[in-house]
Amino acid sequence: MAAKHSKTPRQQTGGKTSTADKAKTVASAATTTAANTATTKAAAAGEVAKIAKRTSHRSIRKATPVTMDDVRSLASEATKRADKSLLVICGGLSHERDISISSGHRVQGFLEEAGWTVHVHDMDGSLLPYLTDESTRPDLVWPLLHGANGEDGSIRDVLEMAGLPYIGSRAKASRTAWSKPIAKNVARMAGLQTPHSVTLPESMFRELGVEPVIDMLLGSLGLPLFIKPTMGGSAMGCTMVTEQSQLPQALINCFAYGDVALIEQAVTGTEVSVSILEFDGHPLVLPPLEIWTPSGTYDFEARSTPGPTEFYVPARLDAKTTETVSDAALTAHRALGLRDISRTDFIVDAQGQPQFLESNVAPGMTDTSLLPQSALAADYNLPELYTALVQSVLNQKRTD
Amino acid sequence: MADDPNIASKVIKNDPWYSSYAARAEQMRASEIRALFAVANRPEVVSLAGGMPYLGRMPFDKLADQLGDMLRSKGQVAWQYGSAQGDPHLREDVLPIMELEGIKDVQPDDVVIVNGSQSGLDLITRIMCDPGDVVLAEAPNYVGALGVFQSFQVDVVNVAMDGDGLIPEALEETILEQRRQGKAVKFLYTVPNFHNPAGATMSVERRPQVIEIARKYHVLIVEDNPYGLLAFDGQTYPALRSYDSEGIVYLSSFSKIIAPGMRVAWMVAPPGIRQKLVLANESAILCPSNMSQMTITTYLDNFDWKSQINDYRGMYKERCDAMDEALKKYLPYCSWLKPKGGFYIWLQIPQGLNAKDMLPRAITAKVAYVSGTAFYDNGEGADHMRLSFCYPTPDRIHEGIRRLSTVIENELATVRLFEPDSGKERG
Repeated sequence: MAAKHSKTPRQQTGGKTSTADKAKTVASAATTTAANTATTKAAAAGEVAKIAKRTSHRSIRKATPVTMDDVRSLASEATKRADKSLLVICGGLSHERDISISSGHRVQGFLEEAGWTVHVHDMDGSLLPYLTDESTRPDLVWPLLHGANGEDGSIRDVLEMAGLPYIGSRAKASRTAWSKPIAKNVARMAGLQTPHSVTLPESMFRELGVEPVIDMLLGSLGLPLFIKPTMGGSAMGCTMVTEQSQLPQALINCFAYGDVALIEQAVTGTEVSVSILEFDGHPLVLPPLEIWTPSGTYDFEARSTPGPTEFYVPARLDAKTTETVSDAALTAHRALGLRDISRTDFIVDAQGQPQFLESNVAPGMTDTSLLPQSALAADYNLPELYTALVQSVLNQKRTD
Repeated sequence: MADDPNIASKVIKNDPWYSSYAARAEQMRASEIRALFAVANRPEVVSLAGGMPYLGRMPFDKLADQLGDMLRSKGQVAWQYGSAQGDPHLREDVLPIMELEGIKDVQPDDVVIVNGSQSGLDLITRIMCDPGDVVLAEAPNYVGALGVFQSFQVDVVNVAMDGDGLIPEALEETILEQRRQGKAVKFLYTVPNFHNPAGATMSVERRPQVIEIARKYHVLIVEDNPYGLLAFDGQTYPALRSYDSEGIVYLSSFSKIIAPGMRVAWMVAPPGIRQKLVLANESAILCPSNMSQMTITTYLDNFDWKSQINDYRGMYKERCDAMDEALKKYLPYCSWLKPKGGFYIWLQIPQGLNAKDMLPRAITAKVAYVSGTAFYDNGEGADHMRLSFCYPTPDRIHEGIRRLSTVIENELATVRLFEPDSGKERG
């Protein structure tokens, strides 16, 4: 039997959370997935507990924010750019291959404009020989694979095994962020609000029956709902459901992309995205970007087709809310253990509270993507900004 | 919150020119389906999607020598502007090709060379149709033609077809219905041989009937014939143009028989229309590429192209047989018409399934097809998919259909779970 849930988002519990509070939050989070199988719950709880440990360690770490002067200074350190071999990995076999290729080539273009030697490689059978052969082995890799194998940590595991430094979050953190339900739990533990949701595999409907599960779902979360695959990006397989009759088709669409659905209360408010670049632990939180679409939904078409969508940078929020959203993005970035670059999406609700939706470890870098738009609006020069990120990672002499 | 912004926000228009576009650009949008096709080119994926001819048996080594000679002797012509009507040599070379399908009354001056049939379709629609005019077409309809018609804001009205192609009675009824509605029917667009995507061929009996109805109501016929020489048994069918020189615009192409990358096709049209086509061609592109045209003439003049086509026919037959056998083995509950030529099988999938919605699952399973919805402009076609057998080898076709069967079975299980009433009639 599923637990009863409030249909209104819970209030933020405050910036600092005690271990006991965290335990309560974990327990509370677990109840939101009450319809999950015992196995799934146990696995999720174990993962969340591990993350709680890391989060509490990271939450005490303070780092000075980065300024534009810092970025320029860091970029100016990169004096031997042509001597370094950079590799952008993009493409792959995911549903987001097209977008990944576009992201990869944009980044290659900006870095080459800045004077770096940049190669681009698809993720295929010729990649490993390329990474390991002395004649081609790069000095630094920027994985820009979207979707599975790119954002789920797999390629980063491979790079770590190959001993190659790379830009972006480590494999484990990527895996955490890639799973939307786990990322939501981590964000909640870190004190952020996130829309109520349940995570249901297709098998759950099959075993318990569609009607009773849907009845329970509607009784628990109400309408409207947002249905999305637990793993995936670019809004693929996502559907807004405003009437019960739309739910079966929305689930069919979702399960075409993956076996597990995240069914989330749809929150009304301002859609805001916050991008973060990190330079050896020092964050540059770009101004929150507000997304406005005529339909009210930032779906695949709106993301991928230059059209009537408008972005407002910074978002049209008051100063306090702007700061709250920026802080929330940094909190999510740190709680999830992310590194170098991330983009976190929120809905700012009617009370001005940012509702965490997801964090991306390989945010889109195309000409219509949000991170570059935020940076440009904040007057950053993209070749310089990306150069500073590359130089920062090279300076760290990473082994992972 | 929005009433009290902290600092002035910059407005970034996702496309600053959005409000400046013509209405005809409205349909030109990205889609999840288009994005998914980016994966189809990867070797791990068995692509049954694209209609790419197999070029592995072309005599490229020898052709390279011939092209080298051509460039040495005629390079200044090949790289220069040319005639808007096309290279006279090529216009002469296409005559014996058309004779194979019974078109024997054409002179080189009657021919217009265009940048692929797609460009020809664009030109004929440009000179014939105003927004809101009606074009009749078989349903399903070639996706490339639909794109052209949409871009000129033409209303496409479907005419029913069956295994013997366009149904003459349905054509007459449709014309009359459009007249009753006061609509201007500008032309009938038809692919009579090995239809893309339906695979059907218009029977020889129906051809004069269709022409007679078009004549009766003064409706021009645009006959698109890229596959006419690709019957598996070598048979050719009389082109509609072989029955009538006044009411038909004939389109054919080298794309499916020689080289799609050359973008060379040709049109034959009644004199008035031909003159307009030449002017429209000049307006659109100045002239077709001399280099492409001379590459084609070099091939036609120096190689036994008829034997080459014969060779391809045998290969495509083998691949079609392989797909037919694999479908019988893995998807016996689906239905399809085994074509007698061309590149495609039009597969009807079980009731309740939506080929468009199912595509992400197929891409995950590393098999690609084209959803039937691409061949309609009204949302129909979700119960069909187009499977191309022209490019993958028989082994790959077999594997692709095996993967597809798993995809269909999994999707079927999901649909039956959530919409149990939609699939009750299915086998």
